[in-house]
Amino acid sequence: MRNAERLCLAHFWVAFAAFLFACAIGTWQMWVRSPLGANVGTPGQYFMSVTAHGVSMAYVLTTFFIMGFGYFVAVTALDRALPGKLWAWAAYWVALLGVVLTVIPIATGQASVLFTFYPPLTASVWFYIGLVLVVAASWIWCVLMLIAMTEWKRENPGRPVPLAMFATVANAVMWLWTTVGVAVELIFQVIPAALGLVQTIDVGLARTLFSWTLHAIVYFWLIPAYIAFYTMAPRAAGGRLYSDTMGRLTFILFLIYSLPVGMHHLLMDPEHGNATKFIQVLLTAFVAVPTLLTIFTITASMEIAGRLRGGRGTFGWIAALPWERPMVLATGLSFVMLGFGGFGGIVNMGYGMNAMVHNTSWVTAHFHLIFGGSVVIMYFAIAYAIWPRLTGREYQSRAPLRLQLWLWFLGMMIMTLPWHWLGLQGQWRRVANFNYADPIIAAWGPWVIVSFAGGIILLASAVLFVGNLAALHRGPALGIVRPLYALAVHPPLRVPAALNGFGLWNVLVLVLMIAAYGYPIAQFLIDPSPGAIVHRVR
Amino acid sequence: MSQTHPEMHERRILHTELMWSFGVGIFVAASLSMILFTAFTISVNPPSNVERLDPKTLHLSGEFAEHNLGTTVGSDGSVTVRAIATQFMFLPRCIVVPANRRVTLRFASPDVIHGLLITGTNVNTMVVPGFVSQVHTEFTRAGDLLMPCHEYCGLGHSEMWATVQVMAQDEFKPGSDGRISCAQR
Repeated sequence: MRNAERLCLAHFWVAFAAFLFACAIGTWQMWVRSPLGANVGTPGQYFMSVTAHGVSMAYVLTTFFIMGFGYFVAVTALDRALPGKLWAWAAYWVALLGVVLTVIPIATGQASVLFTFYPPLTASVWFYIGLVLVVAASWIWCVLMLIAMTEWKRENPGRPVPLAMFATVANAVMWLWTTVGVAVELIFQVIPAALGLVQTIDVGLARTLFSWTLHAIVYFWLIPAYIAFYTMAPRAAGGRLYSDTMGRLTFILFLIYSLPVGMHHLLMDPEHGNATKFIQVLLTAFVAVPTLLTIFTITASMEIAGRLRGGRGTFGWIAALPWERPMVLATGLSFVMLGFGGFGGIVNMGYGMNAMVHNTSWVTAHFHLIFGGSVVIMYFAIAYAIWPRLTGREYQSRAPLRLQLWLWFLGMMIMTLPWHWLGLQGQWRRVANFNYADPIIAAWGPWVIVSFAGGIILLASAVLFVGNLAALHRGPALGIVRPLYALAVHPPLRVPAALNGFGLWNVLVLVLMIAAYGYPIAQFLIDPSPGAIVHRVR
Repeated sequence: MSQTHPEMHERRILHTELMWSFGVGIFVAASLSMILFTAFTISVNPPSNVERLDPKTLHLSGEFAEHNLGTTVGSDGSVTVRAIATQFMFLPRCIVVPANRRVTLRFASPDVIHGLLITGTNVNTMVVPGFVSQVHTEFTRAGDLLMPCHEYCGLGHSEMWATVQVMAQDEFKPGSDGRISCAQR
């Protein structure tokens, strides 16, 4: 796996470098918005920083991490060489070039459009071309994942694809579907506008296409965490996976239900009617299903481990779990954050509650808690679990790893719980500063300072994380390589074709997408809404 | 706890999973029922009037021309507020509404995407160029509220906000043309 190790490490280090940078500027933004940092920085600097933070976290950290992790799973779970290694390296360099092309206009203030780049506000064309290159590179990754699984199935007829790889391919297939929306928006609407080829843009259509991508992209980021829940955490805890079939069903449900639901981000938008909004809210409710199934299956798997270790009674098995192991600790902390974040998500789904919280700090809190909290803490756990294999070295002590995970959890809770509260009070998002002289806003001040303290803890945790990984490169040589992937209580000998591939499910996704997005998109093609004049940020 | 443990029998596992799935199904059905119930009984619906309006010409004539902006009380007593969200202000900058009376708020943008909420109320909508955003509400308490732009609309976004003056019914006295502006305080 020599070459594959370098490939994985190259991806992970880009991801984590972007992550550390984004944590630093994110903390700066919290200072500027708080009463402590009034009059610090200009709006130009602030929105440049927010754009860089969003792009680094949402596009660079995630895409590079997921690609690197996918290559790792393809090699280790399938136990065979990675097909198309040259293509993988080509994709890496294309993605890196995309990042550089995106960063330059951001740094020169020509792309302060935030990571959602809603037209008709328009950035330098290089910003969009860079993002398209990152996405195009990830498509190469998707194809390589599909090829790896197909070749393995040919060599192992009738055998079930290992769950970790099955889930990785589910994510790749979902990502191919997901990126169509934003790719069409960029290529046919935004890039022509940025080039000056068109002077107006159909904003209703652009928002609809972006919403196609906007929810499923979050599941693209989230699935690696679920792969760790199902395939790594039970093993790390010393137990078995309760049910392999439930794992397969969960990832299939993610593929199906994460796509036709994006319009719940447009509930407060005027360009769509109630009926189309309701169809997608209906489907959104089903998105809770795979997560609820996962909570059950993983808790049951952990209970097996706890009882094998001598835990007794209804809750005694929890105390018996090996919490000193980073993967187990991270899974526990992730579940706590998933509980809070999932509750918030269900609130967002209701029409009435959505009107209370739309575009307030509640939403910022929600996605920081779900993605930055429960998902990213599993990115840490995955990195800690596989770094010894990638570097061939061993940790001298796991204490700094546990400290880092605890700091991340505490920082995230201290930052996002006040944000939820402030959102309910009506604190709106995406502003460079608040007028704390206003009596309504003045009352928010103390909570903003508390959340800023959470941000500082998060930054400390991020520094420690990168330090922990960097230190391992100089650690003692690895002695024994322990197995990584969990066995199921009843390992499947054969599974139905539907649970071993994605052909059938792709048809279902197509049907649901036509039902959910057919009319909402077609209405703009049949009768375009009045165009808005393109506004360049500079 | 080996595989031969009765709790770990394959059929026992399936049974437990089906029980849990049944609970999940109840939960999903209950959530959706709440949304449907509140939509049909007390009209809790998102702002979805789907009304198109050309952002390039809306200021020239029609309901969003300058002299029509602000609060108007119709001959039937209905209260309608019209405002433009533009880089980087609301026009008018102060909106007056009566307390405890149904109000229709209508917004449009001539340039980029904006959005707004009114603190302490359920008023929340995006303002998308090309469309009119409409919200119905009833303000329950007299006093001043903030109405900020809540979607990033350019570097001046943070300075974009308006005031909503909620007047007690007996103070809310429109002129003979049905028009009323904010009281100077």
